[in-house]
Amino acid sequence: MKQPRLLREEVILRVVSKALVPLILLFALYVQFHGDFGPGGGFQAGVIFAAGMILYGLIFGLANLQRVWPPRRVELGIGLGVMLYAGVGVATMVRGGRFLAYGALDPHHPVHGQHLGILLVELGVGITVASTLIAIFYALGRVPPEPRG
Amino acid sequence: MSEHLPILQVVVPLLAGPLCLLLRHRLLVRGLATAVPLACLTIAGLLLHRVQQVGAISYHIGGWAPPLGIEYRIDLANAYVMVIVSAIAAVVMPFLPGHMGSAMVRRREHLFYAIFLLALAGLLGISATGDMFNAFVFLEIASLASYSLVALGRHRRALVAAYSYLIIGTIGGTFFLLGIGLMYQMTGTLNMVDLAHRLPEPMSPGTPGSRTVLVAFAFLAVGLSIKLAVFPLHQWLPRAYAHAPSAVSAFLAATSTKVSYYLLVRVVFSLFGAAYVFDALKLDRLLLPLSIVAMFAGSTAAIFQTDLKRLLAYSSVAQIGYMTLGVSLASVTGLTGGLVHLFNHALMKGGLFLAAACYGMRLRSSRIADLAGAGRLMPWTTAAFVTGGLALIGVPGTAGFVSKWYLVLAALEQGRWLVAVLVVASSLLAVAYVWRVVEVAYFADRDAGAHPIKEVPPLLLVPTWILIGATVYFGLRTELTAGVAEAAAGVLWESLR
Repeated sequence: MKQPRLLREEVILRVVSKALVPLILLFALYVQFHGDFGPGGGFQAGVIFAAGMILYGLIFGLANLQRVWPPRRVELGIGLGVMLYAGVGVATMVRGGRFLAYGALDPHHPVHGQHLGILLVELGVGITVASTLIAIFYALGRVPPEPRG
Repeated sequence: MSEHLPILQVVVPLLAGPLCLLLRHRLLVRGLATAVPLACLTIAGLLLHRVQQVGAISYHIGGWAPPLGIEYRIDLANAYVMVIVSAIAAVVMPFLPGHMGSAMVRRREHLFYAIFLLALAGLLGISATGDMFNAFVFLEIASLASYSLVALGRHRRALVAAYSYLIIGTIGGTFFLLGIGLMYQMTGTLNMVDLAHRLPEPMSPGTPGSRTVLVAFAFLAVGLSIKLAVFPLHQWLPRAYAHAPSAVSAFLAATSTKVSYYLLVRVVFSLFGAAYVFDALKLDRLLLPLSIVAMFAGSTAAIFQTDLKRLLAYSSVAQIGYMTLGVSLASVTGLTGGLVHLFNHALMKGGLFLAAACYGMRLRSSRIADLAGAGRLMPWTTAAFVTGGLALIGVPGTAGFVSKWYLVLAALEQGRWLVAVLVVASSLLAVAYVWRVVEVAYFADRDAGAHPIKEVPPLLLVPTWILIGATVYFGLRTELTAGVAEAAAGVLWESLR
């Protein structure tokens, strides 16, 4: 009987995914930072980024992925993104505007402020979405703990 | 800073939640999680005070004027709800670390606090916002956080309870969103004030849009009724409250259904208006019988429970019946009764669940039979439970009496003698289920072989007694709650037009 093989032993999968993962991550960054000019934005970019990571994890194993993204760092990312988003809002309030009124970030050039504000907010969305999806992947891939009571 | 209070009310807990993830250190996280609800309570108190003086406050997110931008609109009704929600969160906090079920939770305490603060942010957001879609987003934040809080219960069954809560809650949320979508289709706006202005046109019978508006109202009403656990849609509630950690049950029972009630009342009275809902649709003909059935079925089911938390949960179903009865009487007095009961029930059910949490900590069980001897060995906890029970029954001098007084008054105002009699009669059922607990706690002897129990530490007794004491205080000083509730009912009744 044939032994089931690990995915990383499949030559085609390994070679193709090794070539694809960097491209997927690059595309995610493009969608992230080009989001204010064209279609895209933090949510989509985060999903694409996480998809690249999850592909890597599927082929090369959870342990290898967790060497790149330790679970603790993923947990931090979830919080950090939200903090960045809300932090921009707090910064605008401190600078005398309403919550998330980006113009207040740069009083002399409100348009620059708007650019900066939306860029940071979308970055926050991207970080949280990517981290959350990777965290879900980790949770599903984990060996279940001992049953309770 | 004071002009930013409406948004700070929501952003403070929303920022503190993820901050817990970054801090990780147990003491720092506990300190933060204790301070934030107190800060929220202060903000809510300031807002209520301001609203009482100057009327509704509008805050434009991002500086974009409504109806295009998202508006946070604080008036007497939602300031009142936000005070209740943040007060309960502040009081429940000392219970959270000590009472968490599994070892897994204790090891990752910071995650638990993050979820709890997100739930608080969601509930406050639903109350603060003046934008329907924003309300939906916060409803989802609050609900998703509640599902995971319920899942943290001591037993494996908590997972099943959380899962069924998740399924039914998601259906409720989806219905709510469908209703918003249909309203948006007919009016092109999501802002509550703007909706109240634009809805009458497609609403009037005979126009092509009237059916769409009717369907929108149906989706909104059913969706919110699921979240509120109105009688035939209440199945998720007893399971979720029985299996959640007791402190979480106290928090959810005292806040989550209350906020849903606020949102339902806002939609019914402020957006669609009493004339449409009661004169044209005759919703009262459906809601009134359902409320009365809830009062009796919930209380009767509570009498036959063997588990203390499940008993309290079924009693909640009955108490929600009283609140919806206030809506279905379709009068300012009735709505006042409903809003007063919202406040009073939050105090007494919160206090009773906290007393159940005290029992759970010492007895390591929530079975009523295991309470034997607790009256002597845990006198303060049992006294708190009895006082809270008296308030549930509606004994004069407790807060429960005030709410029932207003409901009976509203029923008599319309000459509905039968309804008034039924409100009083259903209170007698409450005597039965409260007595079952009292009987075991005071008159049954503890088994010789059972493990010894003693009173819980003051850290847990004080919050329990704050809530129980408040039910007595507001039972005697009725002008405080009834005054605000009456004014809030007036604000809601006038609609936003």
